[in-house]
Formats: sequence, C-alpha cells, structure tokens
Amino acid sequence: MSSEASIYNRPSVLDCFRSSGNSWFQKRNLKQMLESSKDSAKLDAMKRIVGMIAKGKNASELFPAVVKNVASKNIEIKKLVYVYLMRYAEEQQDLALLSISTFQRALKDPNQLIRASALRVLSSIRVPIIVPIMMLAIKEASSDLSPYVRKNAAHAIQKLYSLDPEQKEMLIEVIEKLLKDRSTLVAGSVVMAFEEVCPDRIDLIHKNYRKLCNLLVDVEEWGQVVIIHMLTRYARTQFVSPWKDDEVVEEYSENNFYESDEEQKEKDRKVKNIYTMDPDHRLLLRNTKPLLQSRNAAVVMAVAQLYWHLAPKSEASIVSKSLVRLLHSNREVQYIVLQNIATMSIQRKGMFEPYLKSFYVRSTDPTMIKTLKLEILTNLANEANISTLLREFQTYVKSQDKQFAAATIQAIGRCATNITEVTDTCLNGLVCLLSNRDEIVVAESVVVIKKLLQTQPAHHGEIIKHMAKLLDNITVPVARASILWLIGEYCERVPKIAPDVLRKTAKSFTTEDDLVKLQILNLGAKLYLTNSKQTKLLTQYVLNLGKYDQSYDIRDRTRFIRQLIVPNEKSGALSKYAKKIFLAQKPAPLLESPFKDRDHFQLGTLSHTLNSRATGYLELSNWPEVAPDPSVRNVDVAESTKEWTGILGMTKKEKPTEKFYSESEEEEDESTNTSSSSRCLESNLHLHCLENCIFRTKTHELLHRMSGKGLAAHYHFSRQPGIFGDHMVSVQVTVTNTTDQKIENIHIKEKKLPPGMRVHEFNPIECLEPAESITVSMGIDFCDSTQMASFQLCTKDDHFNVNIQPPVGELLLPVTMSEKDFKKESLSDLNILYKVIRENCTWL
Amino acid sequence: MIHSLFLINASGDIFLEKHWKSVVSRSVCDYFFEAQERASEAENVPPVIPTPHHYLLSVYRHKIFFVAVIQSEVPPLFVIEFLHRVVDTFQDYFGVCSEVMIKDNVVVVYEVLEEMLDNGFPLATESNILKELIKPPTILRTVVNTITGSTNVGDQLPTGQLSVVPWRRTGVKYTNNEAYFDVIEEIDAIIDKSGSTITAEIQGVIDACVKLTGMPDLTLSFMNPRLLDDVSFHPCVRFKRWESERILSFIPPDGNFRLLSYHVSAQNLVAIPVYVKHNISFRDSSSLGRFEITVGPKQTMGKTVEGVMVTSQMPKGVLNMTLTPSQGTHIFDPVTKLLSWDVGKINPQKLPSLKGSMTLQAGTSKPDENPTINLQFKIQQLAISGLKVNRLDMYGEKYKPFKGIKYMTKAGKFQVRT
Repeated sequence: MSSEASIYNRPSVLDCFRSSGNSWFQKRNLKQMLESSKDSAKLDAMKRIVGMIAKGKNASELFPAVVKNVASKNIEIKKLVYVYLMRYAEEQQDLALLSISTFQRALKDPNQLIRASALRVLSSIRVPIIVPIMMLAIKEASSDLSPYVRKNAAHAIQKLYSLDPEQKEMLIEVIEKLLKDRSTLVAGSVVMAFEEVCPDRIDLIHKNYRKLCNLLVDVEEWGQVVIIHMLTRYARTQFVSPWKDDEVVEEYSENNFYESDEEQKEKDRKVKNIYTMDPDHRLLLRNTKPLLQSRNAAVVMAVAQLYWHLAPKSEASIVSKSLVRLLHSNREVQYIVLQNIATMSIQRKGMFEPYLKSFYVRSTDPTMIKTLKLEILTNLANEANISTLLREFQTYVKSQDKQFAAATIQAIGRCATNITEVTDTCLNGLVCLLSNRDEIVVAESVVVIKKLLQTQPAHHGEIIKHMAKLLDNITVPVARASILWLIGEYCERVPKIAPDVLRKTAKSFTTEDDLVKLQILNLGAKLYLTNSKQTKLLTQYVLNLGKYDQSYDIRDRTRFIRQLIVPNEKSGALSKYAKKIFLAQKPAPLLESPFKDRDHFQLGTLSHTLNSRATGYLELSNWPEVAPDPSVRNVDVAESTKEWTGILGMTKKEKPTEKFYSESEEEEDESTNTSSSSRCLESNLHLHCLENCIFRTKTHELLHRMSGKGLAAHYHFSRQPGIFGDHMVSVQVTVTNTTDQKIENIHIKEKKLPPGMRVHEFNPIECLEPAESITVSMGIDFCDSTQMASFQLCTKDDHFNVNIQPPVGELLLPVTMSEKDFKKESLSDLNILYKVIRENCTWL
Repeated sequence: MIHSLFLINASGDIFLEKHWKSVVSRSVCDYFFEAQERASEAENVPPVIPTPHHYLLSVYRHKIFFVAVIQSEVPPLFVIEFLHRVVDTFQDYFGVCSEVMIKDNVVVVYEVLEEMLDNGFPLATESNILKELIKPPTILRTVVNTITGSTNVGDQLPTGQLSVVPWRRTGVKYTNNEAYFDVIEEIDAIIDKSGSTITAEIQGVIDACVKLTGMPDLTLSFMNPRLLDDVSFHPCVRFKRWESERILSFIPPDGNFRLLSYHVSAQNLVAIPVYVKHNISFRDSSSLGRFEITVGPKQTMGKTVEGVMVTSQMPKGVLNMTLTPSQGTHIFDPVTKLLSWDVGKINPQKLPSLKGSMTLQAGTSKPDENPTINLQFKIQQLAISGLKVNRLDMYGEKYKPFKGIKYMTKAGKFQVRT
C-alpha cells in the first residue's frame, strides 16, 4: 500500500519539503503551471499548493493565478481551488469577488452535488460584501428539491450568521422553514443552526417537536446528538417535573382495567393530585431509548444525560448499563464518561452500584482514569460493600504510581467519615501506613488522619503519641505541620509528650519549612497557655527565633502571638481571651467529592467536563411549576395524521415508530424531486400507519413547454389534508417559464367539470420571470370519482386546455388505527368498516 | 463546532493543519505542548484543555495527537468520537495511519477532511459514501488517471447520501459473493495473588467482511442470544427485529464493518482459560530477588492457547534480571523496567516457565508491591462465553453466497496481581 500511495503524489510533497530554500522560484514556477493550458500541470500545481496550505505555509501570493481556475472543467482542480479559496478569500477579498459569478452559475446546475458544493464554498468565503448574495442563495437553496442541498443551506445559515449577525431575523425565517422539513438529512443540521442562531426561540420548536421525536432514530448520528441536547432543553421548559412523586402514575397505566383501582385513583387524585406525565414527554423518552444501543459514544452519552435530566428517577437507571459499556472504549471516551458517572454517582448511588467491579482500577490505566475510577468507587461505598472496597484500596495504596496511592489514601479518609462503622478500621489501616517506606504515602496518611481525628477527637491519644514519634523521621513539610497542629490542638491529652515535641522542634526551627515554622509557633502558643510552667522559656526562645526569621509571614505571626499571649503593660484587652482564641473548638473539615458542585451543569457538556461555564453554554432551566399549554405542539394543518384518527371515531393510542430505517419501501423514484424518505413500518394494509409518511410522489405533466409556448406546468398530489376544505384533494402545480420573456397573469379559466365536481383555483400569478418557476396549490373535489377535471390555463395573451385525472390511490385517505381496532373492525365485518369510512371519511 | 484540526507527531511538530472556519493561528497549540510537558506521558495528556479563547480537545492514536480547536460549548464526546472516526477513515483509506502516510497523501487527506466536515459540523462520515466522493489512491487508479486524465474525485452525489440505507452504495458487483463474520471475544479480568478472580467480564464484537452483489438483506441468528447482556449495533441493524425476535436483520455496508459489539453479563461466571503461578520475592538484606512464573491452561474447552505474551512493569529498584525461559524469548529493558516474555503456544504436557534472579539496587529498601503481570493470549475456534451463531440467511438476491464464521477468544485487559 505504501508504495502505491507514494507514487500517487510523491512529487508534490517532496517539493513542499524543499520549498523553504527556493520558495520564490517555486512560486513563480507554480504560477506558470497554473497558467498553462494543460489540466495535468494545473492539477499538479494545485496539489502542491494544497500541500503548502496543509503544512501551514503561506500561499496567498498565488491567489490571482489560482482564482482563474475556479471555473475549470476538471472536477478535481475545481475542488482544490475551492479548498484554496476557503482558506485565503478572507485575506484577499477584492480578488475573491472574481469567483462569485462562477458560484452563482453553479447554484443553478442540474447536478445536486455541484449546487451543494457551490453553496458550501460561497458561504464559506468570509467576504462581507457578498452577504446579500449569500442570503439570496440560502433562501433559494432552502427550497431546493434535493434534501442534500437543503442540508447545506442549513449549514450556510450558521456561516452567514457568524459573518454578519445583522441578518439574524431573515435567517430565523429560513430556519423556521427548514425546521418544517421532513428529511432526516436536514433535521440535524437545521437544529444545529437553530442552536447557534436563535436558541431562545423555543416557540419555533413547538410545532416540530413530535416530528423531531419521531424522526430521531433515522437521523444520522451527529444530528442525533444535537437534536437530543436541544430537546432536553426544550423539555425542561415545557413539562412539569416527574420527580415530585416517587410513584409515577402514567396516563395509560394498566390499572385502568380494574374498576376498584379506578375509584381509588379518583380519590387519590383529589387528595394528592398525582403526577401524570405529558404524553409528549413520554414520547421523547420512548423514542430516545433505542439510541442507547448506538455505536456512537456521543449519542449514548446524549441519551444518558437526557434520561438523567428528564426521566422519572426510577427510569434513569436504564442508562447505566450503556454508560458502563462505553468504558471499554478509548482512553478519551473513558475519561469523559467517567467524569459524568462521577457526578451521577454522588446523587444517585443506586444507579451504578451493580457495576461496582467495572470501576476497579488496572495498573495499566493512565493516572487520570485511575483517579476518576477511584472517585466513583468512593462515591459508591456503603455499609454493604465497604469491606470489599477497602481490601481493593489496600492494593491501590501499594501501587507504584505514588500520585494514585496518595489519592487512594484520601479516598479511604472519605469512606471513613461517610460510613461510621468503618471509621476505626480505616483509622487503624491508615496508622499502619504511617510505617510505610514511601514518604508521600506517609505524608498523605498523616494529613488524612489529622482530618479524621478532628472529626472525632474522642480518645485517640494513642494515635497522637504514635504520630509524635514519627516526627523524627518524616521530612515532608505538610505532614510535619499536620502532626504539630494535632499535638498542639490536643496537647491536653498528651501532656507529657507535647512539651518534649516543642523542645525538639525548637532545636530544628531554623531548618524547617515555613509551613512547619508556623505550626511550631502555634504549638508554642497553645502550650504556653495550657502549661506555661514547663514551656514558658521554650516558647519565648521560639518566638525570639521567629522574630528574626527571613519570612514576613513568620515575623508577623511571631509578633501577633507574642502580643496576644505574653502579658505586658502594652497588651490590650484581647490577651484575656487568648486561651479562648487559640483553643476554640474548631469545626471539622468536610471530606467531600470534588464532583459535588458539578451537577449544576448539564451532563455531557464541555462546561461539565471543565467545571466552568464554557462560551455559548446554554443553561438548563428548572422545571416549570405549571406546564405551559401543551396544545401548542398540536399540528393543525397539513402535517399530522393524528387528528384524522378522530374522524373514524376511534380512540388510538399513539405508538412509537421505533426503527432504524424503514423496512418496506414504495417504489423508489430516482428523481429526487420531492423531499423525505419514505418510511412505513409494518404496513398492515394501506390503512395502517401512514403516520409521518410522505412518499416520493410522482409528478405528472399538465402542460408541455412546447405546446404551452414556453410555459410549462407539472402537477403532483401533495397527499396532505386539503387546506381548501374537507372534500378537496390538494394538488401542487409547478409552473415554469422557459421563454426568455416575462409571462404575466397566469390564472385558471373555463372550467369544464362533470356535475358535482368543484375546483378551488390558485391565486393568479402576477408575473413569472424567465427561467423562474413557482409552485402553487389548488384544491379539487373529484367527488370520489376518477373523472377528469378539465380547465384552461391562461396567461395574459394566451390560453391552453389542460386536464387533471386522479389515480384512485390519490383519492384515498390514510388512517391510523391500532392492530386491535383494525382486527375488530375488519375481521368481524369489513362492510361496516367500509361504511364507517364512507360516512365519516373526508374525501372518499 | 470544530474550528480547526492540528496533527502533532511524537516530537511535537505540527505536520498538518486544517481550518473549517476562519484561520486559527497554530500558536494555540502552545497550550497543548504545555499540558503535554506537565503530563510526562502521552497517555496522561488531558483530552480537554481550556485556553483563554479556545478549547483544545485531543485524541492520541498511532503516536499522533489529533487536536481539535473548539470555540464554544459542544458535547466533548461529539468531538472525540469524530476525531476517532477521522483516524478510522485514514486507516481505511491508506491501510495504516501514520505520519509518513498522511504526509505522502496530503492532498487526499485534505479532500477527505473537507468532505467530512462543513463549517465544523460532520457532513459525510460513512466510509462507503466518502469512498465514492474521494476514491482511495491505488496504483491502478494512479496509472489510469495519468493516462486518461480522469480524477479520483466523484462528480455525482453518492447515492447513499439520499437513500434510506446511507451506508451502502448501489451497484455493487462481485464475481465471488462472500460474507465472513468473525466473532471475537475479549476477557477483561483481574486475578488476585491467590489466583481467585476479582472481576472478569467478556466483551465481544462481530466484525464482518461482506462482499455481496446488489442489495442483499441478511439475517443472523444465535443459538443462545440470551447471553448478550448489552449490545450496540451498526446503524444498519434493525432494532425492532432484535427487540422482538433477537435476530440480527440488516442490509450490510459494502466491505469491512463492525456489526455488533456486546457485553456478556457479569452474572455469568466467566471461564478463565489460563492460570499463572508466580513466586516473586525481594529480600530486605540481600540485593538479589527471586523471580519465577509458570503459565498453564485452565478452562480452555480442549483448545490450544497460543500467542501467549507476558509483560510486567518491574519496580524502579530492579537493576537487572537474569532469567531462563523454558520456551520462547524474553527481554528486560533496564531503562523502562519492562519485562516481556514472548511465550508462544502453551503445551499442557510441558508448561512454560521463566525462572531466575533479579539484581536490586544496593542500599534501597525492597519495593512494597510485587509487580502485576499482564497477560495476552489467543484461542482460535472458541468463543469463551459459549455464544454460537445459529444460521445466516440472505434474502433479496438470487445468487448463493459463500458464508463463513470464525470464532476467537483473546485476552483483553488481563491482569494478575502478585
């Protein structure tokens, strides 16, 4: 492989390496190559230039020569020129303008890939003058027939916004339009644009909420992450908290079957006002759950945080298994996931207790992973598992990674304070560690023991004595300081040893660390107050040493202590209280997890990882007291088939459409003229489950451009509920002007209709520019027949006879019903069903 | 989202940079170098580094740091997962992902990166789609291109992008239709001093290599699907079908892909296929220590354990080791203190052992912990969890494909504490 690849473009790379010495010659050479007539020379030059860009070398001088090739026929040259343009256009704005017209032309290209890449490059050129052109291009692309182009339009929105925030209002309009898009390709990108441009316009989401929930499984993985994060924020503003009551009674709880329970519930409701989850809230939880099985760690994490922030507490634990699975992934993924688990495990221990052993540390783990695992183990410790954990910790303490061993000792300390049963065991264990050979371990133990003794100073004279002995050997300043502080604080418990310790340290005072010196002074002061007979002289000696110390702090402290404890004529009122001041009861330090305060950040975010607000972090709001009006999410016109179910007079329980992709597909139309992928799962006959489906519809010709003197018209059935009334079938007519003059006043005239048939005309089109096309919708009541509707399509000076004949399928209405209902209806008596439809259905 | 990408090699040179929005100066990497210095080892460099104006998210693979520059809030896993996908794509394109390879193919790398992100948001990450947009370099194509002047850049939108099966390209043709599935299980275990298991888990994957013509629809069923406790799928697997029938039903991508990864529940007792007998002792008085380990098979279901490799990080006090293995070769690196012993196959009749003495630094006290022993091994033709594929069927195409299934068990993170 290696040899193959190197043949491929070795020359360019080699030149890049050599370039430093003779760059001037090289650039002149490149210019010549770019201006040559041969594509191969141009391509070679472009490859070298891209190589320079990749290495971070400046190639901006070549701009004029490169930009000439923007219209090259060779697609690879063109692509490389695009790469170059995106890199340097910002620096060479005037010259960059030369390329704009090429993109404008490419935006109209019949090939969707070319349209899309033209839009991509045009919007990536950060030149403020072309903002209006970009705006226009985005608007046009947002109604492009290819979903791929529309996806690129959504990306372009963000680019334009960062270039010129003034365009916000106009861009929001485009976002609003694209949010309505049903293509899974567009969904992720437009939500991303929404998050960047107008994350506070939550009202734009309402109508699309259910659609987004239902599309979610089919969206590409990156889009899923963005949508899930957005929906988490949305849900926190729209639904009431499911956490108030532990027992969650759901709307479709099975208890409904039992009448007695029903009554019981009625009573309960009056008393407690039991929480019922909004069905939309449930829809979100249900539709995200299968994504826990995604191969993409980011998606799994996104779902996990959604459940953490939105699900009833009893349900949140389903995410733990998947999170633990992620621990077998790369180091970086482990790091982020462990951080999030650490935060979770503080609040809800139960979630991860069954997986305790998955957090056991391996000697090959990097230190940062080890410490995180240790953190989680400590959070999970309880009476039941503490003995196993302590045994495990014993191994860690012996680890060769001393930083980790020190962290383990801290962890043992935390376990000891949290679980009172084992405090003594831990303390004994830590005391044993005091005889460890490694100084860091001993020092850490001393510090932790000090904290532990402080929390329960009851009768630990023995330990203090033991530690006093250690003072001869330990050299780590923090540990020495801790021991001295302990002896001073509890000097009354060790009356014999304390003065002796002071004697010893006074001897070594000058060689001690500052930290230790301060504690020696403290010890002296405390002893002076409690046992002045024995220590008066010693203390004064120490104070004298301190007086001439090099450090300001120590001289300060010395002066302060002397004034406070040694009575003289100048000493103020305070010296009376010296004993109270020095030997006051001090509050014990709390041994807390460093992850304690992270929970106010949304899990899975960068801010949570850093434990500080990152730029652009969007706060997760608190649950509202009262849920805002849920009807805002109802989709009234065109979109949902949900309302139609009422037509049949049947109640329907909404079923989630969980699927990774559709299993049955209607005939695939190669032309991508309409949006959306067809999705229809378990098609139990036509009647079942056409929810959320739009098929690739077939376009029929209404008027050919030859017979229409340049005016062409096509129509298709939009398969949406008629907006012109219940009996109207909606028909989308696209009129195109293929002449090179304007066509004015296009309208419908002289309808020749069979009896009963009615047509709702479209509004006359004032004017149609050359090469422009407009889609209008009209409604036709075919009276349930397949007879032709004939009429005249008129322009200002001409008229053409046209007719529309509907296929039977276009007259049928999709109806959603559960399988049970369907069987009941169809198997018992198909006729009745037919009758029901006849009577109630809108168009049949 | 992702603003820029820098590729940094082991010696700290930035050898590639790519910007998706306005240009970020490469001096931003200084913060990264600082963190790298502090971390001493590459593995300990924090994956997320905040700087005054940017955030640096990095992954470390194949001795290269892939550093992404972020300007505002974004789920960190999103970026990390994407970076790993970039590395996978390079590997897929060039066979190996190394500095030399990337430098040699810098143009293709650039074109691929351009397609993968638009304005910092992932655009095309499926390898099947990417390969249609930018064709991987091969000798044949290079020759053809130079003669005919055609390019390796596709000019049509890959059909996958718009279809409901974006991972598969259309018009796939093979003369030999074949589908291979490898069931590979890894045992992660910690064994304590006395030989009892502290924790053991099995992680499995099914990697597939499918070369089938047209649009085949495959189903794969297991004899004992209940074993699988937690699973994650390639997007092609129909989740509903799995939920209801425990059958994997999918239209496969073309070529190599990971169909499924699974976890066998911790409740099931995990069979540990090897044991290690060890006797490592340091004496306080003398500067010599004893070292002796023996590896033997335990529950191997009659299969041979091969590819055995023993590594151990010795304490700092060990100066040298004089060892004699009964088979295989061993190396002790006196600088890193890493002992590795390549054992090879285990013959149950004659167990491999490594015996000898250690020279300790004079004057220092004995280390308080014995070194842990890391084990690697392979067992062919065995899935240690007992998972068995029942059958593989193909629908939707007429031909008869050649099907193959292979099992293998490997050591994952297998540690013996001594």
